[in-house]
Amino acid sequence: MHSRPNATAEGAAAPPRRLLRVLAALVFLTLLAMPLAVRHFSSASQAADAGLSVAAAIERHGFALREVSAAAGIRFSHEPPVLDPKLEPIMPAVAAYGAAVSVMDFDRDGWQDLYVTNSAVGGHNALYRNRRDGTFEDVAARLGVANVNQRATGVSMGAVWGDYDNDGYEDLFLYRWGRPELFHNDGGRGLTRVTERAHLPAWINANTAVWFDYDRDGWLDVFVGCFYPADLDLWNLAHTRMMPESFEYAQNGGRNYLFRNRGDGTFEEVGEAAGLTSRRWTLAAATADVDRDGDPDLFVANDFGVNELYLNEGGRRFREIGRAANVARTPKSGMNASFGDVFNGGEWALYVSNISEPGVLIHGNDLWVPTHRPGEDPSYRNLAGATGVELAGFAFGAQFGDLNNDGWLDLFVTNGFFSGETRESYWYDYSMVAGSHRNIIADARNWPAMRGRSLSGHQEDRVWLNDGAGRFHDVTRAVRVVNAYDGRAVAFADLWNRGALDAVVAHQRGPLLIYENTVTPQHGWIAFALKGTRSNRSAIGAEIRLYWAGMEQVQQIEGGNGFAAQNQRRVHFGLGPASRVDSVVIRWPSDIVQTIPTPRINTLHDITEPE
Amino acid sequence: MRYDRRLTAPLLITFILIAAHWSYGVLRGYEAIALAVLSAIATEFSLRRILTGQRPQLASAYISGISVAILVRSPVLWPYALGGVLSIMSKYVLQMKGRHLWNPSNFGICALLFLAPFAVAPLSVQWGNDLWPMLVIWVVGLITIWRAKRAHITLAYVVSFFLFAFVRSLITDSSYVTEVAPITGPMYQLFALFMITDPKTTVSSTWGAVTVACLVAFVEMLLRLAEVIYAPFYALFLVGPVALLIEMWWITRVKARQPDAGQPTPSPRIRAR
Repeated sequence: MHSRPNATAEGAAAPPRRLLRVLAALVFLTLLAMPLAVRHFSSASQAADAGLSVAAAIERHGFALREVSAAAGIRFSHEPPVLDPKLEPIMPAVAAYGAAVSVMDFDRDGWQDLYVTNSAVGGHNALYRNRRDGTFEDVAARLGVANVNQRATGVSMGAVWGDYDNDGYEDLFLYRWGRPELFHNDGGRGLTRVTERAHLPAWINANTAVWFDYDRDGWLDVFVGCFYPADLDLWNLAHTRMMPESFEYAQNGGRNYLFRNRGDGTFEEVGEAAGLTSRRWTLAAATADVDRDGDPDLFVANDFGVNELYLNEGGRRFREIGRAANVARTPKSGMNASFGDVFNGGEWALYVSNISEPGVLIHGNDLWVPTHRPGEDPSYRNLAGATGVELAGFAFGAQFGDLNNDGWLDLFVTNGFFSGETRESYWYDYSMVAGSHRNIIADARNWPAMRGRSLSGHQEDRVWLNDGAGRFHDVTRAVRVVNAYDGRAVAFADLWNRGALDAVVAHQRGPLLIYENTVTPQHGWIAFALKGTRSNRSAIGAEIRLYWAGMEQVQQIEGGNGFAAQNQRRVHFGLGPASRVDSVVIRWPSDIVQTIPTPRINTLHDITEPE
Repeated sequence: MRYDRRLTAPLLITFILIAAHWSYGVLRGYEAIALAVLSAIATEFSLRRILTGQRPQLASAYISGISVAILVRSPVLWPYALGGVLSIMSKYVLQMKGRHLWNPSNFGICALLFLAPFAVAPLSVQWGNDLWPMLVIWVVGLITIWRAKRAHITLAYVVSFFLFAFVRSLITDSSYVTEVAPITGPMYQLFALFMITDPKTTVSSTWGAVTVACLVAFVEMLLRLAEVIYAPFYALFLVGPVALLIEMWWITRVKARQPDAGQPTPSPRIRAR
């Protein structure tokens, strides 16, 4: 039997309740202060690292970067396109792409060269030939790939190198908001336009391209991802309903293309027949054999929506499994795709950059780590938060590479969308239309004028160091990467053949920056340059597994990745303090497996595919 | 067995949440919503028992938790737990004469947005930007709050928003469509249907509630002119408690003037709660 509390009992209980209320209030205040404490301690640890000298940075982190573009003779600044006057109020938000960099030893002299794009009508692209003395010279005009931004044919958005005719010299595929172009490399002495012969379309609004041999016939094919629909002439708009119909579910972008190389210098477009049918707003793509069945699969990063993961079914079709694989459940703003073996487990993790603007829009970048076994359909778990690489900014290009040669892949992420004349933010205006109905958001007339205001502008890049224990640490300022331009493409290359990965960063409406890397001599390295024979000559798609010090790391020869970028063709492994490598196993695209026992370290190895 | 009408709002918001996530993947993940809801319920359960000795209002805590989970986006999990706890704690800590002043989820969301903008953002997804989901939610939501006799608050707010959007368009040079645009998004559906209509944190008289809704829209206009992205949440945060305090002061004054005021006589609406 329960008795009801009487007045006396209530009175006796009153003082403890008052005390409890005071305690609750104190807990409440403590909880309110918690976010401030989190922020304080987070920024304090970063500030402590910011004042390091070069020697201290190398001592603490194993490397330091130094910006040397002027000393290297590179004075390139990207110019954006100026589009239809109807877009003038929001021009910076529309003309926000086009700064790209692709690394290639186009003349096969053993030194890495750079091709960088401009996007203004009349603006020139540059092909910086490495002079082997620490400087570069622009040979684009002499070789015929400078004056490629014209009103009639469009402006550059990026370029990727690949030897489409297997003649030993890397050819250049230039994608534009306009007509894509293919340039044949004439023995490193010139680049001849062969677009008509290749049967490329007259006009597409492309923002990414990747070379890969999807059908493994020994000839490189090329995937091209588009942002705006192909029927849109951005300089002469019939109407202003050309913006995405949704900030996160848009399917009114351009279709994507897959050009199959017939092996005779011509290509046939097989995208829709192969299953690439979506109309999302594609900004980046990368390939890797994610299901380890021998053929390259394709990941497509889309802005304003979910990403797509296409499984290659024997070189005949692609099957989209993004949602089933867990990489496409939540719509974000995909702007980068990079594969890397971040945990030295011999598996491909995937990094996708998105928008993170504090207090406004926090998509967070994704680090998709595989949870499937070989033979199973791919599935992934996002470990970006757990590993510390989630919040970068308005993130664009990103690359994995072992910057300090410690044997673990680090991460370089560029940031910043538009830095206006003022630091006033356009985000408020953006947020008004971004969350609204499709009839409003899709029409550029409804977008408030930017009037020089910034949209996630003046942001710093991020350099995250992999500690080998499952965490990445922000060492951006410690290793002296300080700039606030609007980053787009980043590419890694050993520009001066020193056994260190240097970083090249292209900025929208900003300079091309070259970060020379100084690495601690206590860490070794090994690099491989591959030449296909039965496989495509560029060896794109070849997987190189390195076994050393009880670890395994896989890298691959890539035909373009990140955002509007292409790393050097050779692969570079850091070894840490190890004095030997146990073996290297190369799986060529032809399925030939080649094992090289105990290759010499601190050496670049030229490997030819066994016949 | 009789249907408890207090369950209508939790059921409706759950239905919207499931439909939205199933269709458009609006949630960060199930762990986020579980964390927000469980932390809100656990806080309600413990504080209600400890501080009042009464039975916990679990439906109310459930709504607060689920509102935090829907309206806050964060790549990390702790804001969901913190939002749920702060929402419910505000009910018990920030009281005046035994009555809490802030709508719990409004307080929790505002606290997160103000104190932890580096980790949280408001709801940004549009649930497809389609017309039909928007219409369904508005119609079902309006019917629900109509039956709960709260529709006048939502309608007053919506009408005011459209009027003040026109004023803003005159001041800012933006088009009227641009200024109206936010209300076509799901954040506003949840805000106008469920947050500003909370019976516990709005004034009791019909015209008083209509006036408060108009004031919320007015303050929101001022905040929008200052380009405050979370304008609706902050407007309710500012206006709601002031309105309640004025009402309490008014009731006390009226009662003091009644010569035969022996027992307090709450208004019919308060009695109905």
